[in-house]
Amino acid sequence: MSKEEIFRRQIKKVYHLLLVLFSLFLITGGMLVYYTINPNFFTFKTKTETIVSTPVEVDEDRIENGIHVRTGLIDADGLMTVVNNCTNCHSAKLLIQNRMNTERWNATIKWMQETQNLWELGKNQEIIVNYLVANYPPKDKGRREILTNIEWYELKE
Amino acid sequence: MKRRDFAKKATLSTFATLIGAEIVFGSSLMEGYNPLALQEPDPFKMFNKHKDMIVLNDKPWNIEAQAHLLDDKITPNSCMFIRNNGLVPEGNDAKNWTLTIDGESVINKKTYTLADLKSKFQQHTYQITIECGGNGRSEFNPPAKGNQWTIGAVHCATWTGVRLRDVLKDTGIKNNAVYIGYHATDLHLSREPGKEPISRGCPMHKALEDESLIAFKMNGEDIPLIHGYPLRLIVGGWPASVSGKWINRISIRNKVHDGPKMTGDSYKVPCEPVAPGEKVKDEDMCIIESMPVKSLITYPKTGAIIKEGKALNIRGHAWAGDLEVAKMEYSIDFGSTWKSCSIEKPSNRFAWQHFKATVNFPKKGYYEIWAKAIDSKGIAQPMLLPGWNPKGYLNNACHRIAVKVN
Repeated sequence: MSKEEIFRRQIKKVYHLLLVLFSLFLITGGMLVYYTINPNFFTFKTKTETIVSTPVEVDEDRIENGIHVRTGLIDADGLMTVVNNCTNCHSAKLLIQNRMNTERWNATIKWMQETQNLWELGKNQEIIVNYLVANYPPKDKGRREILTNIEWYELKE
Repeated sequence: MKRRDFAKKATLSTFATLIGAEIVFGSSLMEGYNPLALQEPDPFKMFNKHKDMIVLNDKPWNIEAQAHLLDDKITPNSCMFIRNNGLVPEGNDAKNWTLTIDGESVINKKTYTLADLKSKFQQHTYQITIECGGNGRSEFNPPAKGNQWTIGAVHCATWTGVRLRDVLKDTGIKNNAVYIGYHATDLHLSREPGKEPISRGCPMHKALEDESLIAFKMNGEDIPLIHGYPLRLIVGGWPASVSGKWINRISIRNKVHDGPKMTGDSYKVPCEPVAPGEKVKDEDMCIIESMPVKSLITYPKTGAIIKEGKALNIRGHAWAGDLEVAKMEYSIDFGSTWKSCSIEKPSNRFAWQHFKATVNFPKKGYYEIWAKAIDSKGIAQPMLLPGWNPKGYLNNACHRIAVKVN
């Protein structure tokens, strides 16, 4: 083998090595580009697995700005007794809308027990009624209220 | 990233902040699992409702309109109020749906499929005003018990179906028949199987009217699930609760129907007037029949600011239960003077009537336009709240809108 031929072979080897390196570069680059478009590419998961896991724990009964977030009820004495006894069948929105005194709340509870499957409340009844009367008291509306909360707008005709 | 995925990821990271830890495998978790808090149903999407509709209650669903949403002559589904006593039934299958006519006073008890009803009986379409008995409850003083409807628990869509009379005549009605009562597939809030949330009805003479329908179409299409798919009783001019949804049985009774919400103080008012807040015994309460005369200004929306010297065109609808509206008036001076509106005839009995007027204002300032309908017997809407009653029914006080002239 002449010197020249050895030299040529070495050049060829270097050339091949560079070619391989370059194509590796191209492939990796391509995959990286693909990954940014489709991040699930490297997950290598073909079927959906049933994930057995404890649910994400968010505090169900967290209070923000004095309001029980889940129900919208005011945070005050008796809140959780009300939540646990009065929001199973109907929404707390029904409590918040209704403004009654002690006597009428007691009558309403009796009606719910007689016709709507509400359980006996025992000592909790007083806690619940006190909470409702204190936090959602009736307000005197007279024989007709003035118009309030008017959103004024320019009428274009 | 899809908007929904983004929302999910954003919520997950909020959770992470809340619990002060990263949610491990958060991205894998997203594939098949939604944290409970993300499953809050969106009633506007679920029921195809206008974004300005007001949710009074989400269990059971109770949603009302605002006056300006009811401007259409025929109310579209998007602006129709929703009133439920129980939970909406699931999986209603029109193909296998049947309606049974039974009761003490039926001659031949019969069961019809939906196809039977459509093929055996002539079909009729009417535009019918349906108003909740408790519409306007929020204004009563002392407050009355229940969902605090303001003015939006009324609609007037078209309903297509067969006459209840034709079906009842097909089964035969005994001479001792007094009342009909409907039964439906909705579920009681306590989820006790077989416990009916509501089962009301009406006297025979009302059931046998031309416009009393067993309906399967609303505004020309299948009735939406929330409004009673696949079958709804339609009884115009009476509290909406008589127009039962999801019905599968109608009983011809030999006495006043005694289903849930027919007894106690439900859909009843004191037989004799009482002072506000007075206690009334159950036996002194009488079932509501025809709804009273009422009207709504649906254009413009309250809060309009107009230029001095410009006339304002107003319009709206008026209805009067079993009767017709004979006259329509408006006042811009709190009832000191009244001017008349033009009012159209109803498209059929029980359809609301459209009124309009051109209003001129004498000078700049704050005004209220009050609308007053007067029925064919000369009875007008009151400007103040009508007689107080324990459950806050039948508030037909004049509707008003605020206007500023600059």
